[in-house]
Amino acid sequence: MKSLPLIFLGVFFTLAFSWTGIVLTTHMQMRDLTPATAELVNADDEPVAGRQFMVDGVNVKNTDGMTAYPLPLVGEAQRGKLVYQEMGCLYCHSQQVRRAGFGADFERGWGNRQSVARDYIEQDRVMLGTMRTGPDLTNVGLRYSELWQYQHLYNPQITSPGSTMPPYGFLFEVREVSSMRGPSPDAIELPEAYHPGEGYELVPTQRAKDLVAYLMNLQQDYELPEMKFTE
Amino acid sequence: MSSNPSIIDSLKPSGDPDVDLRVRLGEVDASMRVPAMLFLVSAVMWLLAGTAFAMIAAIKATNPDFLGATEWLTFGRVRTAHLNAMIFGWGNNVIFAVAPWIMGRLCRARIRHTNILLAAGVFWNIAVTIGIIGILKGDMIGVEWLEMPAYVTPLVVLTYALVGVWVIIAFRWRQSDHVYVSQWYLLAAFFWLPWLYTVAQVMLIFEPANGVVQSLTNWWFAHNVLGLWLTPIALAVAYYLIPKVLGRPIHSYYLSVVGFWALALFYNWAGVHHLIGGPVPAWVISAGTVASVMMVIPVIVTGINHHLTVVGLHKEGWASPTIRFVVFGAINYTVVSLIGSTMALRHVNEVTHFTHFTVGHAHHGVYAFFTMIMFGAVYYMMPRLLFREWPNAFLIKVHWWMCGLGILLMVFALQIGGWFQGLQMNALTEDGTPVYTFLQTVENTKPWLWARSLSGLMLLIGHVAFAINVYWMIFSPRTQDKVTQPTLLTETTEQA
Repeated sequence: MKSLPLIFLGVFFTLAFSWTGIVLTTHMQMRDLTPATAELVNADDEPVAGRQFMVDGVNVKNTDGMTAYPLPLVGEAQRGKLVYQEMGCLYCHSQQVRRAGFGADFERGWGNRQSVARDYIEQDRVMLGTMRTGPDLTNVGLRYSELWQYQHLYNPQITSPGSTMPPYGFLFEVREVSSMRGPSPDAIELPEAYHPGEGYELVPTQRAKDLVAYLMNLQQDYELPEMKFTE
Repeated sequence: MSSNPSIIDSLKPSGDPDVDLRVRLGEVDASMRVPAMLFLVSAVMWLLAGTAFAMIAAIKATNPDFLGATEWLTFGRVRTAHLNAMIFGWGNNVIFAVAPWIMGRLCRARIRHTNILLAAGVFWNIAVTIGIIGILKGDMIGVEWLEMPAYVTPLVVLTYALVGVWVIIAFRWRQSDHVYVSQWYLLAAFFWLPWLYTVAQVMLIFEPANGVVQSLTNWWFAHNVLGLWLTPIALAVAYYLIPKVLGRPIHSYYLSVVGFWALALFYNWAGVHHLIGGPVPAWVISAGTVASVMMVIPVIVTGINHHLTVVGLHKEGWASPTIRFVVFGAINYTVVSLIGSTMALRHVNEVTHFTHFTVGHAHHGVYAFFTMIMFGAVYYMMPRLLFREWPNAFLIKVHWWMCGLGILLMVFALQIGGWFQGLQMNALTEDGTPVYTFLQTVENTKPWLWARSLSGLMLLIGHVAFAINVYWMIFSPRTQDKVTQPTLLTETTEQA
């Protein structure tokens, strides 16, 4: 092994091999995924059984009158995703439900069907996550109320004593209750021990509202042609 | 040479082949002195900064209220600042000091136009500094190992090019017939990383791919930073230093060839094992699992080759700071890789995935293997660049014991704790409800995370000892002049 061109070619092709496989092939495999309704129909609007995407060489289509999923994020929720990203939530929370029998994702109530590639096609930044220092968040929007989310973000000990999640107090503002207008409609209810005191209230900043809007939007509560509930 | 040298002539870095080898190696050393010192001092400063970030993150992992009101030090950011400071601040700086130097020595080629390397050093450290400030102030990108904001990308690319070109030039004008195994690894690594980085930047940041192709690209990139950048460089260093210090040639040329090509072929497919059970095509997961298991071949082959080179010379090795660190790293390469192959098996992964076991594994690879070998390289390189010996053997011992025991404690704590965490997370009663609530599993990891913080403290002490020694060696010639013999950690027979 003395020749630069030979080593170079070997080094080039080994990496080209994995790039072609892992990146390029999966890209080609998935680039045509579009939002889909739970049931598909053929060209004559007859329901297609099973997971077929082609019948007699013709693409099957979405059923009229049903919603095609996944839906894109809009407005506050879209901005909230940026807050999720800048706070590094990804390093402790996953957003993927594994199939029944592999881990205990179903039993912990994190989802009632496995997450599939189509669930993520509308996301401009996919954050599947590789840690569960905290629970999976795929369906967190289905599991808790907005109030719970605000209290939990402000100080996780309020809702989850012993949690190691950081408090995000800096996303909230403690201020004096206005004598003119009375309490703010946004003010967060807090238990006695965490209340800022008589005459004061805790109000979420816009970033906290965005983040909660995003969390409330995390829901895989729809079926896809390739994945039904409890599969 | 003609009186009017062409551009090629002025680039040509090789020395006069008739001159004695030691003199020519001295020329290489002299040519690398200034740029290597710039990279090294930066590396040590990033090592300290990265350790400080790590300590803050570790304490927060058990006591979330610690510095809890400070937005820029929230766990998600400070942990990410730690990773980037260590990989790109410490890791790449020390690589940029050591890799061109070893390549130059093996090719007998001086590194010319070192102003370019100096410029690269300045660019690189500006890039990492801006990148980490960006992460702390909230510009981080939500892609693991690529968090530094897109505005530092041009500087990063420029630096890789400016450093890489010297590695290639040195190799092109090499003056020895034989090409040594370290040279293959260095050449390959300096080609792989820019490619990986460019593809990842384009497909994840500038023109993001569709859906989970992002996650696949992410782990193809991130795992290969480890497998095709840190690993080949550390192996190149081990292959260079073990025979050099012990005065015995590497055991088998053919084993090193097999080890190299098997690593090149299998390692770059392995990264998708981070997505086992995830919403990606099953075939790609299977391919990743197979590749991860096939990594056993290069690992065993390299392990045997290193072992047979060292065997019988343990006493001499123990006296040398370089060999202590390098052999510790080489042993851990075998261990961490075998654990990694096991973790890629679906049923092991079912337990270890998403737990602190993986964090332990990452530190095992990047620290117990890569970083320890780079410490060994620094202990070998600095006396040759500065014509001085290490001022203080005690500090080297502190560095060795604190870092050696510290990292072992960390790996044990995180992997044992992580294993229990995974079992408890998955445990079900007969009627199919979880045995432990989520908060119970969190509570049960806390003692292990405390042990991790303790191990971090040990590493911190080791790093400070190392930094003091480096500082004395460079800036305090008076402390220095007292030492005239190579600084060894035990008495060798010769001295006794």
